[in-house]
Amino acid sequence: MDEKDKDLKYYAKVHSIESFGTVDGPGIRFVLFLQGCHLQCKYCHNRDTWDINGGTYKSLNEIFEKILKYKNYICPNGGVTITGGEPLLQVKFLIELFTKLKNENIHTCIDTSGMVALTDDIKKVLSLTDLVLLDIKHIDDEKCKKLTGISNKLELAFAKYLSENNIKMWIRQVLIPGYTDDENDLLKLKDFLSSLKTIEKVELLPYHDMGKYKWKKLGLKYELDDVRNATSDDISRAKSILER
Amino acid sequence: MKFEQWKNFNKGDWETEINVRDFIQRNYTPYNGDESFLAGATPKTTKLWNEVLELYKKEKESEGSVLDIDTKTISTITSHEAGYIDKDLEDIVGLQTNAPLKRAIMPFGGIRIVEKSCEAYGRKVDDEVEEIFHKYRKTHNDGVFSVYTPDIRAARSSHLITGLPDGYGRGRIIGDYRRVALYGVDVLIEEKKQELDVLDVECFNQEVIREREEISDQIKALNDLKIMASKYGFDISLPASNAKEAIQWLYFGYLAAIKDQNGAAMSLGRTSTFLDIYIERDLKNGVITEEEAQEIMDHFVMKLRLVRFLRTPEYNELFSGDPVWVTESIGGMGIDGRTLVTKNSFRILHTLENLGPAPEPNLTVLWSTRLPEGFKRYTTNLSIKTSSIQYENDDIMRITLGDDYGIACCVSPMKIGKQMQFFGARANLAKALLYAINGGKDEISGKQITPKYEPITSEYLDYDEVIFKFNQMMDYVAKIYIKALNAIHYMHDKYSYEAIEMALHDREILRTMACGIAGLSVVADSLSAIKYAKVKVIRNEAGLAIDYEIEGDFPKFGNDDDRVDQIAVDIVKTFMNKLRKHPTYRNSKHTLSILTITSNVVYGKATGNTPDGRKAGAPFGPGANPLHGRDTNGALSVMNSIAKLPFDSAEDGISYTFSITPKTLGKTEEERVSNLVNMLDGYFAQTGHHINVNVFDRSLLEDAMEHPEKYPQLTIRVSGYAVNFTKLTREQQLDVINRTIHEKI
Repeated sequence: MDEKDKDLKYYAKVHSIESFGTVDGPGIRFVLFLQGCHLQCKYCHNRDTWDINGGTYKSLNEIFEKILKYKNYICPNGGVTITGGEPLLQVKFLIELFTKLKNENIHTCIDTSGMVALTDDIKKVLSLTDLVLLDIKHIDDEKCKKLTGISNKLELAFAKYLSENNIKMWIRQVLIPGYTDDENDLLKLKDFLSSLKTIEKVELLPYHDMGKYKWKKLGLKYELDDVRNATSDDISRAKSILER
Repeated sequence: MKFEQWKNFNKGDWETEINVRDFIQRNYTPYNGDESFLAGATPKTTKLWNEVLELYKKEKESEGSVLDIDTKTISTITSHEAGYIDKDLEDIVGLQTNAPLKRAIMPFGGIRIVEKSCEAYGRKVDDEVEEIFHKYRKTHNDGVFSVYTPDIRAARSSHLITGLPDGYGRGRIIGDYRRVALYGVDVLIEEKKQELDVLDVECFNQEVIREREEISDQIKALNDLKIMASKYGFDISLPASNAKEAIQWLYFGYLAAIKDQNGAAMSLGRTSTFLDIYIERDLKNGVITEEEAQEIMDHFVMKLRLVRFLRTPEYNELFSGDPVWVTESIGGMGIDGRTLVTKNSFRILHTLENLGPAPEPNLTVLWSTRLPEGFKRYTTNLSIKTSSIQYENDDIMRITLGDDYGIACCVSPMKIGKQMQFFGARANLAKALLYAINGGKDEISGKQITPKYEPITSEYLDYDEVIFKFNQMMDYVAKIYIKALNAIHYMHDKYSYEAIEMALHDREILRTMACGIAGLSVVADSLSAIKYAKVKVIRNEAGLAIDYEIEGDFPKFGNDDDRVDQIAVDIVKTFMNKLRKHPTYRNSKHTLSILTITSNVVYGKATGNTPDGRKAGAPFGPGANPLHGRDTNGALSVMNSIAKLPFDSAEDGISYTFSITPKTLGKTEEERVSNLVNMLDGYFAQTGHHINVNVFDRSLLEDAMEHPEKYPQLTIRVSGYAVNFTKLTREQQLDVINRTIHEKI
């Protein structure tokens, strides 16, 4: 089928699937990695998911039927997690998929940066979402722009919207030594989070460079070459600041 | 029958006939709680276990890791005097020879293998024994080779069919050792005498005569069993009167079997819930405490960890790590809906904590989605900590096997005391596919191994043509395979009959002819490549196809893709039906397993380049596993692919080995346990049959390769059993490390 014939309600650009996800949401997750991202996070460990022209088209039915084959594993207390890339770039598809999943009583989860405008479509898909994994890139707007190439205004507004509309979220922050671990920033983050009512969990994810090879494979420079991996000590320090 | 020893037991048919299941059903106490009642190791247990660890160390340091061999005494039930580790500390006694870890010679299966084994470990078989077995006494091995036809020999030496038990004991027979404890040996002898009486018939034909001879041998074996026990100061003519005696009696039954037979797998059966009845009675009557109950189980398991057989290095290459397959089947559900999990199901698993992880006994949990939650969580938690447990699907086996079956070896289910199998190793179907392409010529040697078929001569492989020729070749393989097995089992019955194990069976039993397949995922991927991509044949000057070039991509087994998974399903069904066409020795029922044990390495070594792009000599996936690196959609996709393989056509078991890093299984211990429980529930609901669960980091194994001394008890699950990682050959260690370990960054 020609690309221009694809109806984006019924087709998604898929990077890959992982049938046994256990770290992106509760229980066993069927994880769908969608292709394409508009951010340029310097530390991204899925660099190969950025290109909007990459990936393969898969139909709604194909994906839905595939997910159903895993009901026996994911139904007790797991579900489906959509990640990427930035999954909300394919919002029309997600509305269709989530409508079908909710009919099957399957738990739905989106792993997003929240860096999207709150359009009607976005609001619609969020109404079908049981849990949002919201990756706050950086609480400081200037630093956020440097790190990701984009302002954090949208994601902070996104977080407020989730809170006001009673949508559960797990907050994530990747802890990058020298980038996101500044004490003042962490305190600012803490203040912001305390204004949100629907946070179930805050996850500090230690930065690691295991995604570096993907940049090199694409012939790209990895800017964080000199940054060390975050240790468990870094994590507990940051945790104690957030819990202060 | 009426015995004082049966006091407080509920009455039933079991009192008037040999019927252990009835006894269990009327007397056992299902347990739905958690592990909080368990007791740790007593000082006595720890002391004794430390002595065993010392012995292990000495064994490891000895030539070929064999501590000692009794090269003079032909092992029989009564051959050796009593042996002990430390008599005063042992709750449960009995060793195969007069000293722990001293191996015995069992030449009835074959004298050559005994000689070769002794030589390999720097010993020599006693002259007199050699003289007897070379001059006067024929063995199983001699018998088989005196009747093998040239076509069988050719298929065997070219590794088309391998691992055949024609030079070693066939094993995979489970005596109902519980009968010794419940009834005492005298009742069992009486029963066998009555069976002889039934066989005093008008039509005195070959079958009747053979059976009468076998039963006479069984009676003699039972008498020997009593003599063996008396050397340890026990009279086991009568039933056991308490838990400690029950375990001791039962173990004596098993000990007799492992003194009599060096079988490929000497499994224990399904004993822990049976024993729980005795323990419960003693606990209730204040005869023992929980600490003492655990102590006896710990000591019992210690004995099972000391079982050793004398085997050649070549044998170890096939079945590495010195495995015995003391398989104990635990848990499951009863057909009345009650769980068969008891407190003693927990106690036997708890030995992994009190004594540390170990490959033996081969702890096998019969999983049902309806098992009590507390038990599910306990066993998966232990899996995560020890990688020592395998799981098999009780919900699909119970349908045909009821609720008193056990697993022999790795994945072979059989009704205890009512069924046995003729172990048949496996046919290398990947090689058969190459033979189909080359008209029966071996792709490595170029020799004509099968009758001349027309080879494929086209530049590109055509799917229909390959399937047609592969079918022809499978017809031929099935024929030769059953011929070989018939010869082997005729001779095994004749020259190395398992009298004590069969004495602990009913007279009328179901026999299965347990065939097997190796290389399933290689064949499925090869056919998929031929069908969905283009496969070009590379031939040598002699016109022999020796390599393949693939143009384009194709679906690969292990990704839950029906296009290729269905090919795998069809191969299993087709080959099974071809086997069924050939009559079997003793009218045994044809069955099939998809299991390679660790021989996937050796089989791969003997097989040339395959049309799926696998290189010559590269290992196959173990059992039903996809070839490593071919699955790209995560662990559950692999499980779904394997779960499609039809148990109806592979009733002897379908093995899957699963490895995952702790982090990938979940972030916290709590999450890991719950994810593993849900994963197992899901896999078995999809009708998967078997799964080995390994939870470890690749780096741990790499370190263990370099520094084995740091990991004396590191246990990992391979196809259908567990091994001490440091006992594997380097090649096999690399195979395990290179295998897919599900991992997420």
